Amino acid sequence: MMFQRLLSGDTPRSRVLTGLIVGIVLALAFAPFLFPGTRSLDTAARICIFIVLVASYDLLLGYTGIVSFAHTMFFGLGAYGVAIALSNLGGGWGAVLLGTVGGVTLAVGLALVIALFSLRVRAIFFAMVTLAVASAFAILVSQLFHITGGEDGLSYQVPYELSPAFKLVKGKILDVRLDGRLVSYYLMFLSAAGLFLLLLRVVNSPFGRVLQAIRENGFRAEAIGYTTVHYRAIATCLSAGVAALAGVLMALWLRYTGPETTLSLDIMVDILLMVVIGGMGTLYGSILGATLFILAQNYLKEVMDLIAQATVGLPVIPDLFAPERWLLWLGVLFILSVYFFPTGVVGRLRGSPR
Amino acid sequence: MSRTATETSPRTGHQTASHTTNGRPPLLRLSGVHTHIAQYHILQGVDLEIPEGGLTMLLGRNGAGKTTTMRTIMGLWKVSAGEITFAGDRLNGLKTPDIARKSIAHVPETMGIFGGLTVRENMVLAARTGPMDEDRLRWILDLFPSLEKFWNAPAGALSGGQKQMLAIARAVIEPARLLLIDEPTKGLAPAIVGALTEAIRQLKGFGATILMVEQNFAMAKAVGDTVAVMDSGRIVHAGSMADLAEDTALQEGLLGFSMEMHQ
Repeated sequence: MMFQRLLSGDTPRSRVLTGLIVGIVLALAFAPFLFPGTRSLDTAARICIFIVLVASYDLLLGYTGIVSFAHTMFFGLGAYGVAIALSNLGGGWGAVLLGTVGGVTLAVGLALVIALFSLRVRAIFFAMVTLAVASAFAILVSQLFHITGGEDGLSYQVPYELSPAFKLVKGKILDVRLDGRLVSYYLMFLSAAGLFLLLLRVVNSPFGRVLQAIRENGFRAEAIGYTTVHYRAIATCLSAGVAALAGVLMALWLRYTGPETTLSLDIMVDILLMVVIGGMGTLYGSILGATLFILAQNYLKEVMDLIAQATVGLPVIPDLFAPERWLLWLGVLFILSVYFFPTGVVGRLRGSPR
Repeated sequence: MSRTATETSPRTGHQTASHTTNGRPPLLRLSGVHTHIAQYHILQGVDLEIPEGGLTMLLGRNGAGKTTTMRTIMGLWKVSAGEITFAGDRLNGLKTPDIARKSIAHVPETMGIFGGLTVRENMVLAARTGPMDEDRLRWILDLFPSLEKFWNAPAGALSGGQKQMLAIARAVIEPARLLLIDEPTKGLAPAIVGALTEAIRQLKGFGATILMVEQNFAMAKAVGDTVAVMDSGRIVHAGSMADLAEDTALQEGLLGFSMEMHQ
C-alpha cells in the first residue's frame, strides 16, 4: 500500500520488470559496499544522474510526444550554474544553493521562451529550433571562457562535506571508508530517487493524463477543451527544470563542468538511445535504459577483453572481440535491442505497447 | 413536438433553417458562414439555426459540407466569412478549447479516442472540470455495458463499435449544452446501430440538444426532430424530420433517392 502510494499507483506491472527494477535500485542503494572502488562508484553515480536526466526527457518525448534536442542545454545550465557559483564564491553550500536556483531558473525561463515561440508550429520545426538554440548555447559557453572556462571547463571545490577529506565517522564499515565521497554518492542516489518519484507522480496525475492525450491526438485534446500549447509548455519547463537539477548533481559529483560532460551532442544522442532502449512513455524505462547503457559504455571493453582472452587460440574471434572494437559492438547491441524490443525493454516486459 | 418549421420552401437557395422555439432565440446560429480549406471554398454561406432541445439531423450527399460545418462550429476550421453564435456568444475567432469549454461536445467521424490510454482514462480526461459524476457514469455504463467490461483496457484495443460508444460516452460524461455527432453509425454492424439509436434516444430524453450528421436514414428518421439538408456548401432545405420522411418526392429531389429504399 505504501509502495503503491510512493509509486503513485504506477507499479512496474510485470514480475520480471519488478525484479529488474528492484535489483537495480538495491544495487545502486548499496553500491559503495557491493562494488567498492572509485570507478564502480563513479559508474553508479552516473547511472543515478542519468536516470533522472533520461526520465525528464521521457516526460517530453514519451509522454507528451515533443522531440527536443535542447535537453543537454538544460542539463548544462544546471551544471554551469553550480560550477560558476562554486568557482567564484568558494565551495560552500550557499554557493551550491545560489548556483542551483540560478541554473534551474534560467533553464525553466529559457524553456518557456522556446516553448511559447515554437510549440505552436509543427513538431519538426520545434525540434529544429531546439537544435539551433542548443548549438548556439554550446558555442556561447565555449566563447565566454572567462566565465565558463571555455572548452577546458571549470574545476572547483565542492562543499567540504562532499569532499574525500571529510570523515563522517572514523573507521570503516565493510571495509568502506565513511568519507565525503560516500556522502556525495548518497546525495546523488537520494536526490535521483526523489526526483524520479516526483516525475512518476507528475505523469500519473491528471496533468500527466492530459499530456498523454496530447501525444495520442492533440486536436482531440483541444476539442475536449484542453489548451494543448499550455500543457506542452508546462511539460517543457518541468522537463527542463528537472534536467537542470540533474546537471547540478553532475556538477557536484564530478567537481568539474565542461562542454564534454554536459553540453555535447553526444550526450543528447545517448539520452535518446537510453529512452528508446528502456522504452518510451514509461519512466521505468529510464532506469533500465540508463543502467544498461552506462554499464555497456563503461564495462563493454572489459567484457570483450575477457572474451578475446578466453578465445585466444581460435581464429578470427579474438580479433573481433579485441577491446578497441568496443564501439562497434555497442552499435551492434543498439541495433539488436531496437530490433528485438521496438517498444523498449519495458514495453516488451509489460507485454503490450501501452 | 411543439416546434413547427417555418420558411421551408425547398431548393430556393439561401433561406435560414429556422424553427421557432416558443419565441426563444436558437441555441446555435450560423449566418452566412463561409469556410475555405486551402484553396477550396467548402462552405458557401451556411445559414442554420439549432433550437434548444431536440435533435437536428444534418443530411446531404457526400462532399456537401456536413463534416466541415461541424468542424467549423468547433473552430477546427477557420470561418472565412459570416458569423456563428452560441447562446448569444460569438464563436468566430475563438480557439477550439475555448469553444469546447462553452459546453459544446464534438464526436468526430474519426472518433478520435486516445488509443494508448485506458477507457477509464479517456473518460476521466473528458470530465475536464473534476471527478466524474457517479450517477451520470452509471447511466452511461448501463447504456454501453461493453465500456464497463473493458474499463481498464487500452482504448486502442476496442472494436470499432466500442470505440464509437466510447467516443459518444466521452462526449456526454459532462452535460454539454450542445452535442455535435458526426456519422456515429459509419461502418458499424446493424446490431450496434440499434444500440446507438437507443442511446441517442435516451440522450434526447435528458433534454440534450444534438446536431447530428448521419447517412443511415433509418436512424435519421428514428431520432431526428428537425432536419437540414446541405448541398454544395449551403443549406438547401430545412424543416421537420416527419415532413421529409413522408415526402418521397422531396427526398429524391434533395438527396437523390428516397429513404424508403434505405430501410
